Amino acid sequence: MTSLIPLIRNECLKIIKKKRFYIILLILVVLVPMFTYAQMRIADRNKDKFNSDWRLEIQQQITDNQNSLGSDRIPEEWKSYRKIFVQQLQYYLDHDVNPNEPSGVTFTREFLDNSVSLFIPLLIMAVASDLVSGERTTGTIKMLLTRPVKRWKVLFSKMAALLMFVSLIVLAAFVISYLISGLAFGYKGFNVPVFTGFQLNGDTVDMSAVHAVPQWKYLLMQGGLIWFVSVVVALLAFMVSVLVRSTAASIVVMMAALIAGTILTNMASAWTTAKYLFMVNLGLTGYLSGSPAPIEGMTLSFSMGVLAVWGILSVIISFAVFTKRDILN
Amino acid sequence: MAKDQSGGSGTVVLSVEGVRKKIGRKWIIDDVTFDVREGEVFGFLGPNGAGKTTTIRMLVDLIRPSEGKITVCGYNVNRQPEKALQYVGSIVENPEVYTYLTGWENLQHFARMQPGVDKARIDEVVDIVRLDHRIHDKVSTYSLGMRQRLGIAQALLGRPRLLILDEPTNGLDPKGIKELREFIRQLAAEGLAVFVSSHLLSEIQLLCDRVAIISKGRVLAVGGVEDLVARNSPYVLWELEPLSRAKKILGSRPDISLMELDEVTLDDSIIAGMGANSLVTVMEEDLIPEIVAVLVTAEVEVRAVHKINPTLEQLFLKLTEGETID
Repeated sequence: MTSLIPLIRNECLKIIKKKRFYIILLILVVLVPMFTYAQMRIADRNKDKFNSDWRLEIQQQITDNQNSLGSDRIPEEWKSYRKIFVQQLQYYLDHDVNPNEPSGVTFTREFLDNSVSLFIPLLIMAVASDLVSGERTTGTIKMLLTRPVKRWKVLFSKMAALLMFVSLIVLAAFVISYLISGLAFGYKGFNVPVFTGFQLNGDTVDMSAVHAVPQWKYLLMQGGLIWFVSVVVALLAFMVSVLVRSTAASIVVMMAALIAGTILTNMASAWTTAKYLFMVNLGLTGYLSGSPAPIEGMTLSFSMGVLAVWGILSVIISFAVFTKRDILN
Repeated sequence: MAKDQSGGSGTVVLSVEGVRKKIGRKWIIDDVTFDVREGEVFGFLGPNGAGKTTTIRMLVDLIRPSEGKITVCGYNVNRQPEKALQYVGSIVENPEVYTYLTGWENLQHFARMQPGVDKARIDEVVDIVRLDHRIHDKVSTYSLGMRQRLGIAQALLGRPRLLILDEPTNGLDPKGIKELREFIRQLAAEGLAVFVSSHLLSEIQLLCDRVAIISKGRVLAVGGVEDLVARNSPYVLWELEPLSRAKKILGSRPDISLMELDEVTLDDSIIAGMGANSLVTVMEEDLIPEIVAVLVTAEVEVRAVHKINPTLEQLFLKLTEGETID
C-alpha cells in the first residue's frame, strides 16, 4: 500500500519543476507595478485638482453621480448602482473616513477586489488546467496509472497539491501587491478603518449593520473569500482537465466560462436564473465592500452556497470519471 | 479458440482467460487467452491494428476488459491493481517519462509510487541499463535509445516478476536492437517473465520462446516458436523434366499440394533462381524419398530437390489468410 504523502510530494515536485508557479509569480511581479503606477497617476491628478483635500474629492464624486441620476440616457440598473454608491460615499464623509486613503494596504485591498473574478482565476488555471490533461498529452499518464497505486489516490494527490498551490498563489498575490505598491504609497495603513456590512435593499442602503473594521481585518476577510473562490475555480478547472484530453482545450473551456461570467455580470441581468451559474458568483468580495450584486436576490451566503455546490460536483465528477475511464491513448 | 499447446515448465506469472473488450458497438478484442510463465520470453505477434496495444493496456489496468479475467501472480489486475501491479514492470507504447525532470528525478518519482524501492535500488537499475553517466541530465536532452533505457530502468525498479514491453525495438538502431535482445534474454534467464509485443516476425522468432499470434482481436495460435513452425509442412522445390507429366503425378496425390509461385512466401532470391522446369509443393518431409521413387518409375527426370523449412511468417500468413503484416 502506497501512502499518500509521497504521491503528493511527487505532484508538488512536478508543478515546481514545470515552472508553472514561477511564471505566475513573474506575471504578478510584472503586472502589479503597472497597476501601481496607474493608481499613482490617478492619486496625483486628484491631489492637484482638490488641493489634497479628500473631502472635496468625495463631495465631487457624490455630486457627479447625483447629477447623472437625472439623465434619461442612463439605464435604470446603473442608476440604482449609483444611488447605492452615493449613499456609501456619504456615509464615509459623515464619519470623516477617507475610503481611498492612499497606502500599500489600500492598494492591495482594491487590487484584489478587482482581481477576484478574472485575474486570480486565470493565474489558478495556469496550474490547474494542466494537471491531468498535461499527463495525457505527453502520455506519462500511462506510467502513472500502471504503478501499484489505486487511481483515486493518484487523483487525490494531484488535487491536494493543487489546493496547496492555490493557497500559495492567493498568498503571493497579497504579498506581492503589498510589497510593490508599498514602494509607491508606503507600507502603513493596516489600522485605517473600513466600513463593511452595508445591506442593500433595492436601491436603498440599510446602514444599521454597518461597522468599521481596521483594514488588516478587512484584508483577512477578503483573503478568506478570495481563497474560497480560488479553490472552487481550481476544482472546476481540475475537472475540465480530467474530462478534456488536451491542455489547450482545457484552458479554452475555462477561459470561455470565466469571460462569459464577466460579460453576464456587466449585463446586470434580467435573466435571474443566471445567478445559479458559478461564474457570476465569483465576486464575493463585493459583498464586503457593499457593491450591489449583479443579479437580484444574490447574497454572500447564496453565492458561497452556489460556488460550494459547483465545487463539490466537480470533485465528484472528476473522481467518478478518472477512476473508471479507459486510457485509450 | 486457440489452445495453448506448448509444454512450458515454470509457474504461470500472467494468465489471460477469455478476455473480450467492446468499445462502442464493436468487439475490438474478441477472445484472448494465454499464459506467460516465469523465465520465458513470450512474444505477442500481430499486424498493426490487430489489438496488441489494447490487450497490453488491459494487462496493466489502463483499460478494463468487458469480459474475462487477467491475473498476475494470482491477483486480478482489474480488481486488485494495488497488489497485482507491484509484480509488473511495463512500457506501454513509447517510454514516456517526464522530459522536464532528470532521469534520476523520474526514477525517484516512480520509486515513490511503490513500496520497497530505495536509493540503492535506483542506483542498481541505473547500472543495469548503463545510464549512469547521464542520469542527472534532463530527459529532454536524451536520445530515443536513452529514453528507452530509462523506461526499462523504470520498469525494473520494483523488482517485477513480469516485464511487459510494447514494440520495444521501435526507433532503435540495429546495434541497439541487438543489445536489447541480449538484455531481454538475460532477464529471462534470471527468472523474469518477459512479454514482448511486435509486428516484426523475425524479431519475435529470434527473441521469443513462445508466441501468441493475434489478428482482428482474436488469438489464432499460442505455442512454442519451434512447435508452431514445425506444425507447418515445409516447402519442397523440384526441378523436373518433363514438367507436365510430373505435374499430373504430383497433382493426383492428396498428401501433396502444388503451389503457384505468387502464393508462396519464399525469399525473392529463391524464386528468381528457379528454372523453367520448377515446381513448388507443400508436403511432409518424410514423403520425399517415396515421391522421388514414384517419379523415377514414371520416367520423370528428377534434376533437383530442395527443402525449405517453414518460417513463422508462413504460419502467420496461413493463419491470417493472407492478411499482410507491415
